[in-house]
Amino acid sequence: MDALDLARWQFGVTTVYHFLFVPLTIGLGIFVAGLQTAWHRTGKEHYLKLTKFFGKLFLINFAMGVVTGIVQEFQFGMNWSEYSTFVGDVFGAPLAMEALLAFFMESTFLGLWIFGWDRLPKRVHLATIWAAAIGSNLSAYFILAANAWMKHPVGYEVVDGKARMTDLWAVLTNSTALAQVPHVIAASFVVAGGFVLAVCGYWLLKTRAEMWRGAARAALVMTAIAGAVVAGTGDMSAKLMYEQQPMKLAAAEGLEHDTAGAGFSLVPGIEIPKVLSFLSTNDPEATVQGSHDLQRRFEQEFGPGDYRPNQPVVFWSFRVMIGFGMATVGLSVLGLWLTRRRREFPAWLSRAMLLALPLPLLAATAGWLLSEIGRQPWTVAGELLTAASVSPSVSLTEVAISLTIFTLLYGAFTVAEIVLLARHVRQGPEERAPAPTAEERREPSLMY
Amino acid sequence: MIELWFTIIAFLWTGYFVLEGFDFGVGMLSPLVSRNATEQRAALQTIGPVWDGNEVWLITAVGAMFAAFPAWYAGVFSAFYLPVTLVLVGLIVRGVGLEWRGKVANPAWCDLGIVVGSALPAFLWGSVFADLLFDSALAALAGGAFTLAVCALHGAVFLALKTTGPVRRRARTAAMIAGGVTVPVAVFALSSLGTAPALAAMAALAAAVALIWRRREGWAFTATAGAIVLTTLSVFMELRVAPLPGLTLAEAASGDYTLTMLSWIGLIALPFVLVYQGWTYWVFRKRVLVPG
Repeated sequence: MDALDLARWQFGVTTVYHFLFVPLTIGLGIFVAGLQTAWHRTGKEHYLKLTKFFGKLFLINFAMGVVTGIVQEFQFGMNWSEYSTFVGDVFGAPLAMEALLAFFMESTFLGLWIFGWDRLPKRVHLATIWAAAIGSNLSAYFILAANAWMKHPVGYEVVDGKARMTDLWAVLTNSTALAQVPHVIAASFVVAGGFVLAVCGYWLLKTRAEMWRGAARAALVMTAIAGAVVAGTGDMSAKLMYEQQPMKLAAAEGLEHDTAGAGFSLVPGIEIPKVLSFLSTNDPEATVQGSHDLQRRFEQEFGPGDYRPNQPVVFWSFRVMIGFGMATVGLSVLGLWLTRRRREFPAWLSRAMLLALPLPLLAATAGWLLSEIGRQPWTVAGELLTAASVSPSVSLTEVAISLTIFTLLYGAFTVAEIVLLARHVRQGPEERAPAPTAEERREPSLMY
Repeated sequence: MIELWFTIIAFLWTGYFVLEGFDFGVGMLSPLVSRNATEQRAALQTIGPVWDGNEVWLITAVGAMFAAFPAWYAGVFSAFYLPVTLVLVGLIVRGVGLEWRGKVANPAWCDLGIVVGSALPAFLWGSVFADLLFDSALAALAGGAFTLAVCALHGAVFLALKTTGPVRRRARTAAMIAGGVTVPVAVFALSSLGTAPALAAMAALAAAVALIWRRREGWAFTATAGAIVLTTLSVFMELRVAPLPGLTLAEAASGDYTLTMLSWIGLIALPFVLVYQGWTYWVFRKRVLVPG
């Protein structure tokens, strides 16, 4: 055990926590903005109730997304100073752009939305939630472009042992990013759709109120459409992985030797012939490189070393991602069919909808494990090894302290968030209050 | 181009300290200036719509350091590992406390988080920058004490400016007490900087205390904000020569291409940010009414 191992654990732990909350921020923000738009257009009271109800859940979660995100901005410098010095010229640019173009917009307009209910003209107030939600989605683009560069570096040259950016446009339109951005954003909408489905499922088991059916139908549509995008962009990513990250693909399938017409294992032992080759290239007979043969080629190119990621983790993450993700999407398509033309939600469907909360979250987490553990042993593919990225001046004790603090703190807050969300879901939307008195009108509607 | 980006980063840190400075002060003082739940809520409501946007100044400053001076960014944050970890802990518990306090059954834990999470970074940022400049434990302590005191004063003045009734009255008292502590600490801490802006900052702090005494809250706030601007300015004047021991800005800087691209993006985006953040302050320009 050395500082490198703990620094990797810290990155993994903090990032996994971060991405439990972020997909809800990304997807639910747009959903709430949609509800408020519906209220604005139709004037129907129950849309306002739903806006405030899901808005409150959104805000409880938003806080955790923000505070788990702050750590990321510092962590590269703290634990990965060699990495930061090597990549900053390229990798720093999208991060700075994320803060300047996305975070300011997200935070500022969200503040206006929370406190502006009675202070801003209705139309302007509606615009603030859209601006905040668009800011969240924009931030996803920049950080994912930075992440994609680690897996498929483009638009740079190495001068004096440091990466130097030569083409910002190439970095921002990296093929890997263009597949990954819609994949992750759509996955976030599946997570958010699943969250709304679970909340509606809970309420539909208690009441048949039209309001919950409407919200559930909207979430079913959102989840199904997002699911189609996830599948399509996932397919694009697989084909790019075949070209750009063959070792990750080999590990994801457990393929040891270069194989023509490679099959796809559902689980070890049950293999569908030729599917892997087809998924990777659209050609069922194509050759997919295996990890042993790739290892040999990597050693020739980069010198001695082990260039294989943790195979079982990558293999199973891949399957959990696809299985749980598609199960959620399948459920949403089934739900849409069963409730077509305003049919009632059967009780078993409402119960099944409760699963739409954990399943896509697990799928998204597994997706990140596949993506980032599958990238090992590199931080920047072909350029910089993870072992050479860590801060040389930071001691084992220091990383152990920060790892312990962040793990415990995030763990406690995650439990608190679950309890808090559950309580507010059970309470349900507030009944319409009598017209506020002058005194009350000065209080914000949603916070403090 | 290197000079320009150093100036932009200094500007971002300055914005951060001016804006989040009063957030920290309000957070620390909120239990002290209120006698009941309504008053405490009113005190925190003065920063409610803006604190999260203010914190983005930090994220942007750090992101800009990463992009424009990677070796500086990496050097500073790995060298000050544990203090920065504690800053992050502070920002985490404070952020969660502020967002959740209105949604939990008993906000006592949230309030504790807000106080601790405001005081901790307020102290630590000062000690990190002082240690960066003087490399001594005493300097770190003095720097921390200075920023903690200035944030308390700045926040108290802001509270007095943005509330009415009993909270406003107590905030004014708090500002005078904080000022009584800040001025001697400032004399000690800023005199070691010894530059003209540092001396001007001292004068501005003294002026702030006099102004709050005379109930000129708006001018007092201008004075505390000015003191923070002047202090940050003199710190960055020193850092320009030696951003880190053994490192020059030129060695730490990204290439011309990256800096040029970032300049265009900053030039286009920053005015928008300033306009819509300014608009937020305009929307919430009225005092928060406190009955009593």
